Amino acid sequence: MIEINHLTKRFEQFTAVDDLSFQVAEGEVLGFLGPNGAGKSTTMKIITGFLAPTAGSVRVDGHDLASDALAAKALMGYLPEGAPSYGDMTTLDFLRFVAEVRGYRGEELVERVGRVLAQVELESVALKKIETLSKGFKRRVGLAQAIMHDPKVLILDEPTDGLDPNQKQHVRELIKNLARDKIVIVSTHILEEVSAVCTRAIIIANGRLVADGTPAELEARSKYHQAVSVTLGADYDVAADLAQLTKVAGVEVDPEDHRSLQILASGGQSIYADVSQTASDKGWPVEELHVARGQLEDFFKQVTAQGAQHG
Amino acid sequence: MGNLGILFKRELASYFATPLAYIFIVIFLITNGLFTFELGGFFLRGQADLLPFFSFHPWLYLFMVPAIAMTLWADERKTGTIELLLTLPVRLVDAVLGKFLAAWALTGIALALTFPIWITVNYLGEPDNGVIFAAYLGSWFMAGGFLAIGSCMSAATKNSVIAFILTVSLCFVFVIMGSPILLDAFPAWVPQVVVDAFAAMGFLTHYDSISKGVLDIRDFLFFAAFIGAWLAASAVVIEMKKAN
Repeated sequence: MIEINHLTKRFEQFTAVDDLSFQVAEGEVLGFLGPNGAGKSTTMKIITGFLAPTAGSVRVDGHDLASDALAAKALMGYLPEGAPSYGDMTTLDFLRFVAEVRGYRGEELVERVGRVLAQVELESVALKKIETLSKGFKRRVGLAQAIMHDPKVLILDEPTDGLDPNQKQHVRELIKNLARDKIVIVSTHILEEVSAVCTRAIIIANGRLVADGTPAELEARSKYHQAVSVTLGADYDVAADLAQLTKVAGVEVDPEDHRSLQILASGGQSIYADVSQTASDKGWPVEELHVARGQLEDFFKQVTAQGAQHG
Repeated sequence: MGNLGILFKRELASYFATPLAYIFIVIFLITNGLFTFELGGFFLRGQADLLPFFSFHPWLYLFMVPAIAMTLWADERKTGTIELLLTLPVRLVDAVLGKFLAAWALTGIALALTFPIWITVNYLGEPDNGVIFAAYLGSWFMAGGFLAIGSCMSAATKNSVIAFILTVSLCFVFVIMGSPILLDAFPAWVPQVVVDAFAAMGFLTHYDSISKGVLDIRDFLFFAAFIGAWLAASAVVIEMKKAN
């Protein structure tokens, strides 16, 4: 269990994290979302004990980061942003070093290192210097050190950034397989990733929590949830026909193609039946008519747009 | 082996994983030889001691030691590995000490490899080996003082070249603090206590007496306290600067 209470971090005038509170329980894979500069990385740095908060507290499994940092750090595995590692060491030496610091010795150390090498498929580069490796391999070296001690809490700052689609898939599988009885916090700005691996998502903007829920719940809060997408074959004023339908919140016209419309539902109610009835009654020149699924991306834009405007 | 030992081992190994350690040792030995034999007149003096050898060490260290100290923390911050290091279950004290001790060990290795000159002087005459041993120890402690300054300067910047320049400048100040030229420059109205205190902070004051065989535990204590103070300052600077 991770408890984050009223966390605030100020850098001189700039407030990176602003009174942030949330909890994460065992078995949850938490997607940590937000625009660049929203405070994701700063929050992760505080949770992992790298930075001290200006105010507020973090408890990891009952260990307070302020007073019992070493015990908390021992429980956590962390992949910092950019997956830094010591370039002049070989993959094997680096992982042996991490295993030693994590307290493993002798046969157990050899067994641990061997296991993570296999888990993230690093055997082929075990004896190469890390600085000579490709970006994908470096990222995997970072992952390997993070999961070395089979940590209860795994914190990954943009684990798939810069990987090719196959590698991304591989890392997602890895996270899913690891996650069963652990707490995983993954920051990302790839929203499809959240739907793919996370059981819960938090969106922060300007250091504040703006949304918290399962990916499906957040999708449902998108204004396009239950919307009906219509493509017309000829110009036609659809809005006039829909005026009497109370469940319809409005009509959005694609700025590039005015025959392509989104009919928005009010309050997430199903409007497809009504809209298609109206369409056939009034004889709309319909080419295509279907229910659009709410996209996490749309919801993300809705709740973070304000932050983007203010930089 | 505790975390201090693990960190020390990694740091020392990393010096030898690149040509850095070898280049440092070779250049150290060559310049030492040049200074001792060419400038110091080792043979001309006709005395069985290593005074010309040791008397150049402060000036040699002035450029050589900052070169190994400059990367201690600057590189960790530049590459972001500091975030990795300090989120492992490692105490900051162990990290600061481990890095310092590894660099100090490297200077110790370089210093120990000057042993042929000790053999030479023993072959040519009958030197006081106790004095020589003390001088070696004093020289090593002085190198530690330079390194501790370097550790702090390296923690203060991400740029190792800046760290190098800052370290050389500060070390230069501490070297000349005890020199007669500087002490004579004090006007007469400055109380002797102030002048003495100033001189007491100088490296040469302490090193000269050690290298001449005047074994005073206070000279070693000075370097030990000096190292401790600058390492403590390093830890403070790291805490302050690690966020950016």
